Amino acid sequence: MSKKTAAIVGSGNIGTDLMFKLMRRSKNIEVKYMIGVDPASDGLARAARLGITTSAEGVDWLLAQDELPDFVFECTSAKAHQANAPKYKEAGIHAIDLTPAAVGPYLCPVVNLDSLEDVLNVNMITCAGQATTPIVAAVSTVVPVDYAEIVASIASKSAGPGTRANVDEFTETTAKALEVVGGAARGKAIIIINPVEPPMIMRNTVYCSVPAEAAEPGELQDRIRAAIDDAVAKIQDYVPGYSLRVEPQFDTAREDWDGNGRVGIWIQVKGAADYLPEYAGNLDIITAAATRTADLLAERMDAASIKDTVGA
Amino acid sequence: MTETQNLSVRLTDTTLRDGSHAMSHKFTEEHVRTVVRALDDAKVEVIEVTHGDGLGGSSFNYGFSLTPELDLVRAAVDEARNAKIAVLMLPGLGTIHDLNQAHEAGASVARIATHCTEADVSIQHFQHARKLGMETVGFLMLSHRTTPENLAKQARIMADAGCQCVYVVDSAGALILDDVSDRVAALVTELGDDAQVGFHGHQNLSFGVANSVYAARAGAKQIDGTLLALGAGAGNSPTEVLAAAFERLNIHTGTDVQALMAAAEDVVKPIITRMPVMDRASIMQGYAGVYSSFLIHAERAAERYNVPAWQILQEIGKAGYVGGQEDMIVDVAVQLANGVELTAAS
Repeated sequence: MSKKTAAIVGSGNIGTDLMFKLMRRSKNIEVKYMIGVDPASDGLARAARLGITTSAEGVDWLLAQDELPDFVFECTSAKAHQANAPKYKEAGIHAIDLTPAAVGPYLCPVVNLDSLEDVLNVNMITCAGQATTPIVAAVSTVVPVDYAEIVASIASKSAGPGTRANVDEFTETTAKALEVVGGAARGKAIIIINPVEPPMIMRNTVYCSVPAEAAEPGELQDRIRAAIDDAVAKIQDYVPGYSLRVEPQFDTAREDWDGNGRVGIWIQVKGAADYLPEYAGNLDIITAAATRTADLLAERMDAASIKDTVGA
Repeated sequence: MTETQNLSVRLTDTTLRDGSHAMSHKFTEEHVRTVVRALDDAKVEVIEVTHGDGLGGSSFNYGFSLTPELDLVRAAVDEARNAKIAVLMLPGLGTIHDLNQAHEAGASVARIATHCTEADVSIQHFQHARKLGMETVGFLMLSHRTTPENLAKQARIMADAGCQCVYVVDSAGALILDDVSDRVAALVTELGDDAQVGFHGHQNLSFGVANSVYAARAGAKQIDGTLLALGAGAGNSPTEVLAAAFERLNIHTGTDVQALMAAAEDVVKPIITRMPVMDRASIMQGYAGVYSSFLIHAERAAERYNVPAWQILQEIGKAGYVGGQEDMIVDVAVQLANGVELTAAS
C-alpha cells in the first residue's frame, strides 16, 4: 500500500522526536508537514533540513493547503488541541493527540486499539500512561485489580515547560487511564522530576493490588508473571529500551491493604535517542506509541477501503 | 554571628505531619485533638496536619493513612482556638483538587514542596492557594543538593508565583551550620520584602536546633519543629528544645516553653510507637544526603531482602534519588540482595 501522509503540529521536544521516529521507524507514514508557532524553533529548522514542508503559522496554514494530510499528530498543549480538534474533524483528518486533552478516547496500542470503533481522534494518555497501563491491563486479565498506583520518575532535563506547568493534569490523566485502559477499579499516579547528573533514565513503578491468594506462590501468581512478561515483550517490539529492572515482587496480604496482596513491577524505559538522549525514555515511549498507532490505523484504513471496493 | 537581640521567629509545629512518618501514618483523630490542644495552649501559631508525604500521600508507595487525612485536618481545625492549621502538598503527588478539599476542611496555610531545583512545578498551586485566600509557604526540599545562589533563584520562582515564605528545607539533615546561614542569607537577599524565609531541620547529624539558630541569625522568620523530635529520619528539630534555646538566646517565639516541654513529655510520648534515634541508618541519611522519610521503608526492605538498611540508604544517596522516590528502595534492595554492583544513577 502507499504511505499515508502526516503533519506534526508542535515543533518542541515531542514533535521533533516524533518526526525522527516516523522517518526512521514507521512503515506506513510519511511526514509531509511540520507546523510550529515559533519560526526560530530548532524543530522547524531540523524539519526543513530534512526536506519537510514547514510553517510557523499554525494550524490554519495547514488546513489551507491543497493537499491535506491523512494524519495529524498534535504535539502542542491540551488547550491548543481542544481548539484544533473540531477543525481536524471537519477536514476528515485522523488526529493522534499527544497532549493530555483527551478529546478522543485514551489509547495504548497494545491494549485497546482493536476494541476502539471511532478512531478519528485518539489520545495517547501520557508517557507514564503508555509505560504502565499495559502492565496494569496484563494483571487485570488474570485477577481483579481493585487499586493500581504508579510512580513515574523522569529526568529534569526531559521535563519540558508544558509538563512542568501541568503536573496536576499529568497525574490525573494517568490515574484515569489506569482505570479506563488498565482495568483497575481505582487508579493513582505520582510523578517525580529528578535533576541528578548524569540524568536518570525514565523509571516507572507499578503497584497493583491482587487477591490474597495471588500474592502467594502458585498457579495464579505464575499466570500474572506470564501476563506481565507477555506485555513487556509486546511493548519491546516498538520500544526496544523498555525492560523490567527486577522480577515482579509479590507482597502477602495486609489488613491496611483491605486484605489484598500486592504485586510491584519496576520498569526502566531507555529512549532510542532519536532526538533527546537515551535518558528521555518518557519522550521515546509516547512518540513510539503514536508511531505504532498510526501504522496500525493506516493498515485498518486500507483494509476498510479494500472492503468498500469489494462491497461495491 | 552572636547578635541575637530583638530577633523574633514564628514556630510551626509539624508533629502531626512530619511525625506521621515515624508513626507509619497511623495518627488517630484522638491523637490529633490532644496534640493540637497542647500546642495551641502553648501558643504555637501554626500546626501542620497531613499525611507525612502531604495531601494525597496515602498510598502503596508511602504507606496508607489509618484515618483519612481530611478527617484529621477537620479535627485539628475544630480543636484549635488560636492556631492556624497548615497542610503540606507536593505537586506531582497531591493536586489542586486535594488543596481545595483541605481548604474546605478549614486549613488556612498551604505549604507547597518541590525538590530544591524544580520550583516551577509549583506555580499553579501557589496561584491557586492564594486565590483561595490561604497563607502560603514554599518548601525547597533537599536544599543541600544545590548552591545558595541557585536556591535563591528557585525561591524567586516561588515568591513570584505567590509564595509568602520560602523555606530552606534540610530534608536529609545534611546541612551543617554555615551551610544553613549561607542559604538563608542568599534567600533573604534575593527576596527582600517580597517574602519571608524559613528553615526546616532534621537531626540526622544532630544539627537541627543549632542549624535553626544559625537560620534565625541569618534572617529566617519561620522555623519548623516537632514535639519530641518525632519525624522522619532521626527526627526533626524538637519544638520544645527550639523554644527553650531561642528563649535563652533572646530570640522571641511567643510560645510557652514550659507548656511545650510538658506537651512533649505528657502528650506525645505516650502516643508514639518509636522514639526518633540517631542510629547507623539515620546518620547515613545525613551523611549521604538521603531524604529522611526513606528510613522506615529502607528498614522494611532490609528485613525482607536481608541487606542492611544503612547500605540501601548509602546506595540511594549515590544514585541521587529525591523526595517521593521511595519506590527505588525495593529496587536497590533487590539489586543488593542479588549481588549486583551498584554505582551511580542508572
